[in-house]
Amino acid sequence: MNLLSINGEQHQLDVPDDMPLLWVLRDVLGLTGTKFGCGIAQCGACTVHLDGEAVRSCVLPVSAVAGKAIVTIEAIAENAVGAKVQQAWLEHEVVQCGYCQSGQIMSATALLQYKPSPSDAEIDAGMAGNICRCGTYTRIRAAIKDIGQA
Amino acid sequence: MDKSRFAVSRRGFLKGSSAALGGLVLSTWLPGFVPRSVAAEATAAGRLGDQSPRAYGAYVRIGHDGLVTVISPKIEMGQGAHTGIAMMVAEELEVPLSAVTIEDAPPDSELYADSLMQFQATGGSTSTRHSWKPLREAGATARLLLIQAAAARWGVDASQCHAKNGEVFGPAEQKLGYGELVDAASELPLPTEVVLKTPEQFTLLGTPARRIDTPNKVNGKAQFTIDLSVPGMLIASTMTCPVYGGTLLSVDDTTAKKVPGVRDVIKLDNAVAVTASNYWACQQGLKALKVEWDLGEHASINSAQIDEALLQASSRDGVVAHSTGDIGKALESAASRFEAVYEQAFLSHSPLEPMTCVAHVRADACELWVGTQVPVFAQQTAAKISGLPADKIIVNNQLIGGAFGRRLDYDFITQAVDVARHVSYPIKLIWSREEDMTHDLYRPQYADRLTAALDADGKPTGWQHRIAGASVLGRYMGSLPENGVDADAVEVAIEPIYELQNLLVNYVREEPKVVPVSWWRGVGPLRSTYALECFIDELAHNAGADPVEFRLSLLAEQPRAQAVLRLAAEKAGWGNTLPAGQGRGVAVSAVFGSYVATVVEMEMLGDKAVRIKRLVSAIDCGLVTNPTSVHAQIEGGTLFGLSASLFNEILIEQGVVQQTNFHNYRQLRINEAPGVEVHIVPSLEAPGGVGETGTALIGPALVNALHAASGTRLRRLPLSRAGYYPA
Ligand code: FES
Ligand code: FES
Repeated sequence: MNLLSINGEQHQLDVPDDMPLLWVLRDVLGLTGTKFGCGIAQCGACTVHLDGEAVRSCVLPVSAVAGKAIVTIEAIAENAVGAKVQQAWLEHEVVQCGYCQSGQIMSATALLQYKPSPSDAEIDAGMAGNICRCGTYTRIRAAIKDIGQA
Repeated sequence: MDKSRFAVSRRGFLKGSSAALGGLVLSTWLPGFVPRSVAAEATAAGRLGDQSPRAYGAYVRIGHDGLVTVISPKIEMGQGAHTGIAMMVAEELEVPLSAVTIEDAPPDSELYADSLMQFQATGGSTSTRHSWKPLREAGATARLLLIQAAAARWGVDASQCHAKNGEVFGPAEQKLGYGELVDAASELPLPTEVVLKTPEQFTLLGTPARRIDTPNKVNGKAQFTIDLSVPGMLIASTMTCPVYGGTLLSVDDTTAKKVPGVRDVIKLDNAVAVTASNYWACQQGLKALKVEWDLGEHASINSAQIDEALLQASSRDGVVAHSTGDIGKALESAASRFEAVYEQAFLSHSPLEPMTCVAHVRADACELWVGTQVPVFAQQTAAKISGLPADKIIVNNQLIGGAFGRRLDYDFITQAVDVARHVSYPIKLIWSREEDMTHDLYRPQYADRLTAALDADGKPTGWQHRIAGASVLGRYMGSLPENGVDADAVEVAIEPIYELQNLLVNYVREEPKVVPVSWWRGVGPLRSTYALECFIDELAHNAGADPVEFRLSLLAEQPRAQAVLRLAAEKAGWGNTLPAGQGRGVAVSAVFGSYVATVVEMEMLGDKAVRIKRLVSAIDCGLVTNPTSVHAQIEGGTLFGLSASLFNEILIEQGVVQQTNFHNYRQLRINEAPGVEVHIVPSLEAPGGVGETGTALIGPALVNALHAASGTRLRRLPLSRAGYYPA
């Protein structure tokens, strides 16, 4: 039995200890906003927050996250910074296919919480783990800068 | 479907459609197969448009609440097609964009076949070009009917009324909302003449309207195929024979069946599937299988053999795709000649959402939930595999997490149905990234050999262009037309923008067979543009001329190409001297009905470390539906092509694809991505395609910039093959 805190709710789950958090979220709890892109911590589509830090849930065994606060894209609007990021994403028309964007928004929110006005180099460092095949990087950078200057 | 019709070049269709657009101001529209009496069968309870499902109702329905449903012949893959199509209807129908919701069209070749591609598909940068006329006409038709209905109610002439913002206004300040007019309008006969707005009258088209599909893509609510759940569904994953064409011999599933969550292990001809309560259990189950394959006839093929075969093929003459003048004579009498071979790699599509399809096969019907660029093909393959008639196959199209041409194929749909027919429950097939990358249908590897006849000034009087590679069109359509020419592969090469007295284009079909090939963002024009724009750059350099001036001197007859080239050069500061170790490269082409030029500014930060300092594009894509989408598509398309040009090639060892995931088929990341500056040339020409243009131009501009910055001329992509990396 694993006791997980997800988006402020407690879940008692009977899943194997080594099952990655991503599949617990998606296939057990039906929280499909967190995406699967690679399964090997290369693309960032599966990014969630673990005690406020951006982590790749595809390689995180569920046993390692028990007792920690997990936040997913579904609840990021409740975070003031997260809500700003979502808004900026729409204002800058960042999104194309949208598949990577849950992960991008989770990474950007974690970055901005840690560095409210990130430099270009800090944006690079904070966002380099998230691949966008549609090539929305130009707009992601602009949206984050916009929030940083507000 | 008559597949052979597609074999006509897309450029041919484009010309036809531009001519049709000459009649933009006034057009009459009513498909011949619509009986006038259809309108009389209107049901009082239905929406406006329901009674004319094969006329304007194919695209537009209006409810009693005044809400508008637009049935989109094009799916949303991130290119903004849904927004553009909603804008076309809203403009003519006189409703705000916010009143419109979008539904994807069901499979129906008669109604939704693309006028450029001749079948129902989203691809080839045709979404705007195909939709531009019929969607606006549908909106205008509905508006006319609503105005007539209001005029009749008020006892005035329709010409005294006008529509705005979802309401009809009469001469004495009467007004009625569209919802209130639906029933009366449904009973009116279809108009025989529909006058469309002229571009000066547009209030919505041409404005940077917000995308309508994005709000749910920033909060996790948007559901892609991979996110769907239908009652009773289990997850399925497959392992397909590592060598293309191989088959399954035997499976020992004793251990796999003990994995918690695993339900069934299913043997297919060339693959084995595991179904389970979750994806991770599927993967654990697949790992626990002991599988024996018959690897088939390709198991000894390596990339080196393919390279060699293509190089040799590029010296053969194959079939003639185009000939003007006499290149043989021109070469004989030339002051000098120049020859070069350009090579491009096999490429994977690797959209971020891997191949996935939900399928439920029952005794009497089969239902699919899948993001596909080709719903009719999806229906046909499901019918074939399940043995059910096509009309018993329901296809529910879905949002797509990237496609880039990948979802113009339906191999994964075939496989999903094949798994589903073995079980009673619905399955959601999800390919691992490894399956996705190693079982793609790849952009072909190509070798282009160009041989130019030059005059005393080093200007080409003509060239021979031999194109060697696998035929996408031939595979996709089953065969090539009798002349043996792949119209896609030779596109742009047979009509280069440059003025040449002599041009001979040969197509040499050389099939490595070891992997299947398919459409990849940019398709034929991408390949041609790479070869042509690298070649012309080499000719300019050899002639000691400025690359922009040299191109302009061959573009006297091409005002639109001149304009984009000049604009991109000007915005990029072309001509301003750069320090040693820095340089600019340029490329220009006419692709997908648009004219595009791109300039790359590069700095060498060491022997092999390159920094792209600026990336500037100019486009003339005719009338613009939504400038924001044009910018976004060129930015994204350019970075998509940059990623491939820098890093990507699929290599084969012993018949097996060697690249398996994003660690060894790496993608451009934000820290390596330059900003993309986009400049639009205002134009009243017919709308051109946009989504693939940036991709087609970046490769040559990059290689030409590398030469300008470092003096090294590369002819083979990607740059990483020669040790270059972004810094
Ligand atoms: S799915 Fe986790 S990083 Fe790609
Ligand atoms: S928006 Fe499509 S992968 Fe990023």
